[in-house]
Amino acid sequence: MIKAILVFNNHGKPRLSKFYTYLTEEMQQQIIKETFHLVSKRDDNVCNFLEGGSLIGGADYKLIYRHYATLYFVFCVDSSESELGILDLIQVFVETLDKCFENVCELDLIFHVDKVHYILNELVMGGMVLETNMTEIFTRIDEQNKLERQEAGLAAAPARAVSAVKNMNMNLSQQIKDIKLPDLPQAIKDLKF
Amino acid sequence: MALKKVKGNLERIFDKNLTDLVRGLRNNKDNESKYIAQCIEEIKVELRQDNAAVKANAVTKLAYLQMVGYDITWAGFNVIEVMSSPKFTHKRIGYLAASQSFHADLEMLMLTTNMIRKDLSSQNQYEAGVALSALSCFVSPDLARDLSNDIMTLLSSTKPYLRKKGVLMLYKIFLKYPDALRPAFPRLKEKLEDPDPGVQSAAVNVICELARKNPKNYLGLAPVFFKLMTTSTNNWMLIKIIKLFGALTPLEPRLGKKLIEPLTNLIHSTSAMSLLYECINTVIAVLISISTGMPNHNASIELCVQKLRILIEDSDQNLKYLGLLAMSKILTTHPKSVQAHKDLIMRCLDDKDESIRLRALDLLYGMVGKKNLMEIVKKLMVHMEKAEGTTYRDELLLKIIQICSQNNYQHITNFEWYISVLVELSRVEGLSHGSMVASQMLDVAVRVHAIRPFAVEQMSLLLENPYAIFGMALGSGRPPSMIQVLYAAAWICGEYCTFLSNPKKTLLGMLDSRMVQLPHNIQSVYLQNCLKILAHLLPSQSKGSPVTANLLTNGTEDGESDDQPDQNVDEQEHSAVEPDKVNLAEIQDFLKPFISSEELEVQERAGCLNNFIKCYVKLESKGQIDDISELSEELANAFSSELNPVAVKAQKKVPVPEGLDLDAWINDPPSDSEEETTETTDVFVKTHTAADFGSTLTEKKKVPEPTEEELGKMREARKQEQDLNPHYLKSSSKPTNSKLVNWSDDVPPIEKLDLNVPLQIPALASSDKYLQESKQKSSKTKKEKSSSGKKKKKKKTKTKDSEEEEDVEIETETVHVVNTVIEMPEGATLSDTEESALAFDDPHRALDIDLDIPLDTPPEITKTKASRKSDPNYIKKSKEKPAEVEVTNSETHETVEVEASVNSIKKTKSSDSKHKSHKKHKKKEKKEKKSKKTDANDDNLLIEME
Repeated sequence: MIKAILVFNNHGKPRLSKFYTYLTEEMQQQIIKETFHLVSKRDDNVCNFLEGGSLIGGADYKLIYRHYATLYFVFCVDSSESELGILDLIQVFVETLDKCFENVCELDLIFHVDKVHYILNELVMGGMVLETNMTEIFTRIDEQNKLERQEAGLAAAPARAVSAVKNMNMNLSQQIKDIKLPDLPQAIKDLKF
Repeated sequence: MALKKVKGNLERIFDKNLTDLVRGLRNNKDNESKYIAQCIEEIKVELRQDNAAVKANAVTKLAYLQMVGYDITWAGFNVIEVMSSPKFTHKRIGYLAASQSFHADLEMLMLTTNMIRKDLSSQNQYEAGVALSALSCFVSPDLARDLSNDIMTLLSSTKPYLRKKGVLMLYKIFLKYPDALRPAFPRLKEKLEDPDPGVQSAAVNVICELARKNPKNYLGLAPVFFKLMTTSTNNWMLIKIIKLFGALTPLEPRLGKKLIEPLTNLIHSTSAMSLLYECINTVIAVLISISTGMPNHNASIELCVQKLRILIEDSDQNLKYLGLLAMSKILTTHPKSVQAHKDLIMRCLDDKDESIRLRALDLLYGMVGKKNLMEIVKKLMVHMEKAEGTTYRDELLLKIIQICSQNNYQHITNFEWYISVLVELSRVEGLSHGSMVASQMLDVAVRVHAIRPFAVEQMSLLLENPYAIFGMALGSGRPPSMIQVLYAAAWICGEYCTFLSNPKKTLLGMLDSRMVQLPHNIQSVYLQNCLKILAHLLPSQSKGSPVTANLLTNGTEDGESDDQPDQNVDEQEHSAVEPDKVNLAEIQDFLKPFISSEELEVQERAGCLNNFIKCYVKLESKGQIDDISELSEELANAFSSELNPVAVKAQKKVPVPEGLDLDAWINDPPSDSEEETTETTDVFVKTHTAADFGSTLTEKKKVPEPTEEELGKMREARKQEQDLNPHYLKSSSKPTNSKLVNWSDDVPPIEKLDLNVPLQIPALASSDKYLQESKQKSSKTKKEKSSSGKKKKKKKTKTKDSEEEEDVEIETETVHVVNTVIEMPEGATLSDTEESALAFDDPHRALDIDLDIPLDTPPEITKTKASRKSDPNYIKKSKEKPAEVEVTNSETHETVEVEASVNSIKKTKSSDSKHKSHKKHKKKEKKEKKSKKTDANDDNLLIEME
């Protein structure tokens, strides 16, 4: 089970927080703070696993994280999850973000936290991994975005036209776009499922 | 009015949206809380509008504020309102806010039941999808109960997307409403064979989570999983299945045997490191669970270790970390295989990554032996000097103690070295396991007889120079944890005071006025042990003084001394004492601050000591030499008996005497109507007895009865008892080969110390010296060995080493012997452990349901193929009328006949060889003498897997 998913930047500002067990807002902030403290003092060339902090649960829990440019993606998981599997899931998450936001950067996460949540919801549900296939994930997100655009109201026709164009763009980008993400260690590339 | 409304709506168009809010927050970094308060006010206004879009916008902003740390449950009703909006866009926003802020204890959730039910059955699969995603975050027991049927319906949806989400949702339902598990399980099992791989994977996921906590209930599914494992190519699912098998194998060894081959194949074939790693992990679990009867046992272990070595040698730190983690699992059962890679592990100790160093430390205990212990510990000590951060240092300290003390100090050949290591550890600043070091000192001193003189010498140095060793930290603020070492030092010096080279100096060192700053528990040990040292000193001192009459030995008694006034102290102060003797008046002076200590324990002991001295001085001033010597001898006798080590949990194992009901009230509990005054006295009595009890416990020794005759009688009785008791460790039974090193020659004599020069204490032994010594010795013994090989075998290594090890480590000498006998009540064993069941608040407790027991009213689904496999009744029925029944293996469609006589199944249409092998298998099982029914059932499982 995944207990929590946190995204924060190099200064510890939260960009996304998802807790799959209930904790008060105060506790959540404390955990984000402590996790940032733990993670940020580690070099980039050390391993991506950390024995769980005291706040987020006992010895059974591990923090598994990745650092991309200005952002830390941290998953807190228990022993039923495969460590390397979760690392790969983080990679899938980031690549999906990259695809949806077209070259994702921190600003996208800052201003569209709701969309990031919707994307995450297609990967993980209630702390369990829902889907790991990027194509499938992207199809689901895209279809929901279409629904939203249809509902956009009065300017339905032009909106649809725009969305069609956008959609074309997206399809194109899907094929063409070369995903260039920072820090992709060779060993992880081999793990590609 | 209508116009106003329109106008209001128009205005609302210019409301802040999420982007504006975030931007505003970034522009108002200095007064963020003020800005947010303002935003919340605006949001409240927006929430009062009728326009759904405006409300949704407000809720989006609230969801953001939640992330920043603001409680938004006050807007719960509005969130629900937005959730119920017909538009998907709004609904999604509402459910997002709900999933972030709602929780199972919220009463508001009641309102959502019907709405969620409606959404779950929506035509639009994404509406049901967002509802499920959110529900999984905040489902409550009530919601779980009310919606479980709706979720079940989703399992048969035509859309794989909904089936997938529904399956995952089931797990959350089970956690909150365990009753749902039993009826839902057959359906869940069906989903393992769903045509959609995503649904399959979700079902595997859920069952793995369930089985992790209650594995025995899911053994019946092994064949299905086995088939999935050999056919699937989805690595995610494979990892989960392989992890599940890891949990199942300890319960069913035969399953493990079946697994080895396909797992080894996977290890050889897969290119995904994550899968490789999980395979290795499960192979290890299998090998641990099967202790005997594996032909390729060693080959598999070797394969694992080889692969792990590749992982550890990889440049990727993650793989290195995991490799070490898996190694530690192998180490517990196959230490030899891991020891072959000692070089690699030692190299990891120097890794720049702390996580990796910690993992390597975990492996270290398996790497040490007699020969390299000193070197490894030396290495760790160097690490400790260099290390930053206290947690890593603490970890190092724990590991040093662990590797040294494991198996009754099996690897320590020279305890002088160990004592000096402990002393050195106690001088490292900022460590937090002082009491651990202290208990090691105590343990070694109590159990290794031969080390006592050396230990006492070192400890007395600690006692005499606490400032030099513990720095100025003594006086300022909270004392460091390492100060607890003084506790051990004081006790050792007091208990074995006969070995003290200068008892008087030690005594005065312990009574230094600055010791008042020590923690109270140490102070009281100090005082008690002052008494012991004094008891040791006085008999020799009293000889040669004048003689006369009576005894008043009340001084040694606890409790009373508290009540006695201390007026006489000043008068006695001036009584003259010869210079070479202990100046009792001086001691009384020192005692003053302790007598007025606020801590009961300290005060009591100080008073006790003081009164004893008073008594002694009185007798001395009257010139009653006989009585004085008698008194002092009596006191010395009181402390003369040997203490034996007692096992940690021994107290718990003492059987409760017959007729004693520990739960019964000794006095009737006070009734409710009792007056307040009696209650207060009650409290007082309680605290008093608690203190008494505590004092007797911490003294570790019974203070004998006051009068002489009683004392004598007790001593007689005890001696008799000791003679009769075969388990009693007599002090005369000293180890024969106590020492090879003559320590007294090596250690320079204690010099007078100037307390103002705190940095070096000359006589304090250095552990490096022993390391050097042992190196020299080993090179010497190597030469000797060629001439006289057998000599060394006489050393008493047998008690601790297994035969093999003796051969390997023949040349290392054991300098000291550990007393391995520990006092235990009859019938108790050291390995007795506490029961470790699931934690009480673990929701999985309620999910421990035997899924093979048929439901009272089995729904039609139980008759499906899948459920039959694990249903014992199914086999029973077929046994009664031996008919041909088609079972399970859908690929080969083999028919299975049930043989009523042996109660087990054989394959009729399978090839002869298979048939034979199966018969062999059956015979084996018969030997195992398991109950016939389960045998039949299990065989069934295994056949399916073949």
